[in-house]
Amino acid sequence: MPERIDFWGIPHPWGPILVYALLGLATLILVVRFYQRARVWWQTGLPEKRWDHLPTRLGRLVKYAILQVRVLGQRYPGIMHAALAWSFFVLFLGTAFATINGHFITFLQGSSYLVYKLTLDVFSVVFLVGAGMAAYRRFVLRPARLTLQGKFTWSLVFLVFIVLNGLLIESLRLAIEKPAWALWSPAGWAIAQLWIASGASQGALYNWHLGVYTLHFVTVSAFFVTLPTGTLVHLLTAPLNVFFSKIDRPAGRLAALPETKEGEPIYADRLAHLSWKQILDSEACTECGRCQEVCPAYASNKQLSPKQLVVDIREKLHEEWATAKSKPTEPAPLVNGQIREADVWSCTTCGACDQECPVLVEHVDTLVDLRRSLVIEGRMDARLQDALAGLSRYGNSFGQSERNRAKWSQALPTKIKDARKEPVEYLWFVGDYASYNPAITEITRQAAQVFQSAGLDFGILYEAERNAGNDARRAGEEGLFEYLVEKNSAALAKCDFQAIFTTDPHTFNTLKNEYPGDVLAGRPVLHYTEVLERLIARGQLRFERALDAVVTYHDPCYLGRYNGVYAAPRRVLAALGCRLVEMPRHGAHAFCCGAGGGRIWMEEGEMQERPSENRIREAAALGSVSTLVVACPKDVAMFRDALKTTSLEGRLVVKDLVELVHEALEPVAVASPEGLTENGGKDG
Amino acid sequence: MSQDIYVFIEHVCGKTLDISYMMLAQAQQLAAASGGEVVAILLGHNVAGLASDLGADTVWYVDHPELEDFIWANSLAVLEALLARQSPRLVLFGDTTIGSGLASGLSARLGLPLVGYCRQVFPNGGHFHYISQICGGKMLVEGALPDSTALIAMIPGAFRIEQGKSDEKHSATPVPLDGLDEILARNAQKYIFKGYTEPAAGDVDITREKILVSVGRGIQSEDNLSLAQDLADALEGAVSGSRPIIDQSWLPTSRLVGKSGKTVKPKVYLALGISGAPEHTEAITGADAIIAVNTDPSAPIFNLAKYGVQLDLLDLLPVLTDRVRAEK
Amino acid sequence: MKILVPIQLVPDLVEELVIAQDGKRLDLDATRWIISEFDDHAIEQAILLKEKIGGEVTVIAPDFEGTEDVLYQALAKGADQVVKLSGDFQSELNTHALARLVVHYLQTKSERPDLILTGVQANSSLDGSLGPLLAAYLDLPFVDCVAQTEIEDQKITVRKEYPGGLTADWSVALPVVLGIQAANTPPRYVPISKMRLAMKTGSIATEEVGELDLSGAVDSTRMYTPEADQRAQMIDGDVDQVAEKLVALFKELGVL
Ligand SMILES: Cc1cc2nc3c(=O)[nH]c(=O)nc-3n(C[C@H](O)[C@H](O)[C@H](O)COP(=O)(O)OP(=O)(O)OC[C@H]3O[C@@H](n4cnc5c(N)ncnc54)[C@H](O)[C@@H]3O)c2cc1C
Ligand code: SF4
Ligand code: SF4
Repeated sequence: MPERIDFWGIPHPWGPILVYALLGLATLILVVRFYQRARVWWQTGLPEKRWDHLPTRLGRLVKYAILQVRVLGQRYPGIMHAALAWSFFVLFLGTAFATINGHFITFLQGSSYLVYKLTLDVFSVVFLVGAGMAAYRRFVLRPARLTLQGKFTWSLVFLVFIVLNGLLIESLRLAIEKPAWALWSPAGWAIAQLWIASGASQGALYNWHLGVYTLHFVTVSAFFVTLPTGTLVHLLTAPLNVFFSKIDRPAGRLAALPETKEGEPIYADRLAHLSWKQILDSEACTECGRCQEVCPAYASNKQLSPKQLVVDIREKLHEEWATAKSKPTEPAPLVNGQIREADVWSCTTCGACDQECPVLVEHVDTLVDLRRSLVIEGRMDARLQDALAGLSRYGNSFGQSERNRAKWSQALPTKIKDARKEPVEYLWFVGDYASYNPAITEITRQAAQVFQSAGLDFGILYEAERNAGNDARRAGEEGLFEYLVEKNSAALAKCDFQAIFTTDPHTFNTLKNEYPGDVLAGRPVLHYTEVLERLIARGQLRFERALDAVVTYHDPCYLGRYNGVYAAPRRVLAALGCRLVEMPRHGAHAFCCGAGGGRIWMEEGEMQERPSENRIREAAALGSVSTLVVACPKDVAMFRDALKTTSLEGRLVVKDLVELVHEALEPVAVASPEGLTENGGKDG
Repeated sequence: MSQDIYVFIEHVCGKTLDISYMMLAQAQQLAAASGGEVVAILLGHNVAGLASDLGADTVWYVDHPELEDFIWANSLAVLEALLARQSPRLVLFGDTTIGSGLASGLSARLGLPLVGYCRQVFPNGGHFHYISQICGGKMLVEGALPDSTALIAMIPGAFRIEQGKSDEKHSATPVPLDGLDEILARNAQKYIFKGYTEPAAGDVDITREKILVSVGRGIQSEDNLSLAQDLADALEGAVSGSRPIIDQSWLPTSRLVGKSGKTVKPKVYLALGISGAPEHTEAITGADAIIAVNTDPSAPIFNLAKYGVQLDLLDLLPVLTDRVRAEK
Repeated sequence: MKILVPIQLVPDLVEELVIAQDGKRLDLDATRWIISEFDDHAIEQAILLKEKIGGEVTVIAPDFEGTEDVLYQALAKGADQVVKLSGDFQSELNTHALARLVVHYLQTKSERPDLILTGVQANSSLDGSLGPLLAAYLDLPFVDCVAQTEIEDQKITVRKEYPGGLTADWSVALPVVLGIQAANTPPRYVPISKMRLAMKTGSIATEEVGELDLSGAVDSTRMYTPEADQRAQMIDGDVDQVAEKLVALFKELGVL
């Protein structure tokens, strides 16, 4: 009966003793060195609670670290990585089984042994295929997002060497023994034919076997020793990072500022003011570059790369510890040390990087923390400063009087209910852009008319509404965000309503995810596309004519990626009779328009291609599509502008979903905006 | 008290400033009504020649080395001494970086009433009335001036430069300075002049320009940009643009007006072929006057502009530039 | 170095301005009062100087609706002391009266400031500007329209602007009053949390003022808004006619 013989061909008793001693020592060194590396995380970073919800965390570990669903999200690199990782894992398990088999329970006998052999053999080959794919990618495909440094190549060579050696050992043994079951190790047996054909003596083969065996264990030990400092450390850090990933809050909610014991806020102006998890993030990054590839800021100015940000933090960490040998006492600033200030500002907080990262690095949180540390020192560009000053003084980023907030509604034939004065079923939180931007207010009026004609019982806050604060918060002005929340909460507390809906996805996000629970008291927060969907489903909105247009739809980041609202706008389009052609990047993979995170208020800086231009070209490339449908007032502004700058006017039009709905309704008397002074008018 | 109208003449680097002529024009009108004379007051060193084209009945000239470069305290001391001896009906100053501070200082020293931001003074039933423009031009204030000596700080607008000029080749009437030498010398020790800096040529700061010739997509091609530049040169202003123009690199980023560029406050903003998108117009509301040229009568820019022209800018520009050049 | 920054509040032009019942002045209650733009620069310049060479910055303002916010903001920016001149200002405080109040305030103090920074003008003051009034009352040197201020051992060097973009550098002896047109860098943003901290921990000193002396200004009989043209006034004609009219317009507007 075939069975596993421990330390076959190894001189006893010294062989096994040496092997165990060597591996034992290597493991000890691994543990010590990894501890030395890991201790830096919590010794440097601020405490943060990430131990709760154990079952969920373990679930994530399985999903992301073992099954690697994120990695597999991309075909070539996904298969490549799975081939390497899973076979490495299997081979490692194989060794573990062998040890158990040798010392504890003997189970590798007969058919189970044959299956064991076959599995190891096959996975060795799978590994080598994966390694081949990796080499091809690294040397032939050379995708821009990869860090093409020697250290990564060496790691690969190292692993291939270990696996190849294992295969050689097996083949030599098969060549000597020529067992009847040899075909269960097909690859090993195939190589064994070489040795047999060479005509080498049994003795020589024994010696070769011993030689390769020794080499194998020396390299494996070296692998153990170098693991905690090499590029393969992600074998350890990635699962840890996945395990400790954030669970306590939805993606759309930023954490409050950390505080000292005395309750003083802590700003991320230096490494020690990041949390240990943010530091672990940097240690877990594999430099795969997936985040960079989807980043609109990177695409437009090649400056901010979320990957580089994370790597910069890691380098900073190692640099500080290398020079200080212990926790650094003279902390150097983070921003404008390693990380450039302009880069911190160019993020749109679109969340694509977070979503894409296979090891669940949380870029956006860190970027916002860095911004907070700049804002508290007043460091920001003049435009952003104006917008924030406008927000704190007038409650809107346009720097206009709050008394004019509902001026857009004056031209409506039917007055909108004042939710401060009478109960309404739905409270419409209109938002800044829809209220103040003279190029958008016509759409806002159309929305109002659509709701009115559907018989929706709704009202607005009139002058009492303030900017909801989503973007102020993401621009790093936490105090202003809190102030705006207070103002709005106070206004909302005085109103009687069953549900809230918003025009603007940014407003939607913060109301839904960040406003204190008692303000909404369980009442739902909806986006107007969801309201439209309901009205259609209930038969309250009936269209007189099908629009019969071929359209594509842009998912706003804060509606789609952050809050998962993908279906409602698409159902409305279907009800309108539009034929929807999706862009290549749609749904969760939609490409940001560039307006979010306060970017719409900031100086633009050097741009090769604006995100909105990139996106509109994607829509235009669809050929048959004549309309780009959006569901966010800022998108209307961004994309109508991009049409001009890309000279695609005439090729495509940009419409808000509600404009289409308005079009499809029985022609209602639309108030003419003529003669209205609006904001562009003279101010007397 | 006399019925004379005094005008403080502003000049820098040997050149009389336009505001002085405008004030002389105003003074002539008032003197005619009051029956007094227009007296120009010229302070400086070796600038007697400036008197020649001033539209005044008399030019009093105080010459002193310590008056060569404008020192507030010294001009103030001289005026104080002068007004201690005379009591005119009005003294006009420019509400400028020179005259404004003097008017206020003199008002404090002599206890004379002062009206600033004054657009115009006009006779009304034997009295003089003023109209001032406050709150950034959003409000006008009118009132009666006292019949005793008053100080006025004037902003330009109501009078034309030519009206304040004269071909009579006046000569300056020197006014001696008695006992002021010591004060002037003492003051001069406190202020040490380091030199003038001309605004750097080449690098235009559109936020500081008095006149902007701003072009939008209506200009159509890069070649046409020279038409705008010619007009700007003739008007001694600068060319700026809307974002599409900057995007195409027809103009450098420093010339971008709007949300992503600069906020500007020129006296005249000439919007040529600019539609008036909110991202653009939010940055020009501070302009004193916007003149829009656009072929489309419904372009939103006409809702903001003070003056509008519905013509093809390519036709208008060459003709306009020629006319402006002819004026000089 | 002791720096005093007397400031004025002006109507917020973002809001619609309302004329009072008597038709002579602004309706004080309907007006939102904010710091004059140039005074904001004056505070900034004071803080910049303090950050460079140390010293003490005092900001003083008349008590209007909104003054406290402005003063707390000054504290948040780094002012050491803020003072509110409190009294009955409903009768509309003018700039002369304010200057005399500041002079009076200084007379009650043993120490005189080395530097007084004021905004070059305030958009609502009909009777001149605060800086030269103070300089004249206090018999101090004064430089107006300062766009840059440097300090080097007790000597201040300022860049003064002249009409037409020309500038000149002057070195002036202390003490001196400066009319600030622009600080070396634009006024800093005050994050709300710093503002709140200032409101919690800072305090505003109050100086009661007596009867106001309003002399020096001239009463108004009427206040009104300029004709508000909703739409551009169209200049008609062919190219030649329009060009001619435009040239005339340029002259009228004082740019030709
Ligand atoms: C976030 C964001 C920031 C932005 N920032 C800025 C900014 O800082 N600055 C800025 O300018 N824009 C900015 N924009 C762009 C802005 O929305 C407009 O797209 C842009 O201002 C339009 O420029 P325009 O008026 O030159 O072009 P258009 O809107 O195309 O207008 C051209 C005009 O020229 C007229 N015209 C055509 N031919 C002639 C002719 N022969 N004679 C006379 N008139 C003619 C047309 O009638 C039309 O009115 C921004 C947009 C966004 C979304
Ligand atoms: S959030 Fe978006 S813009 Fe910001 S770094 Fe990530 S991918 Fe880039
Ligand atoms: S942060 Fe994540 S996605 Fe970005 S390079 Fe690192 S591992 Fe890859």
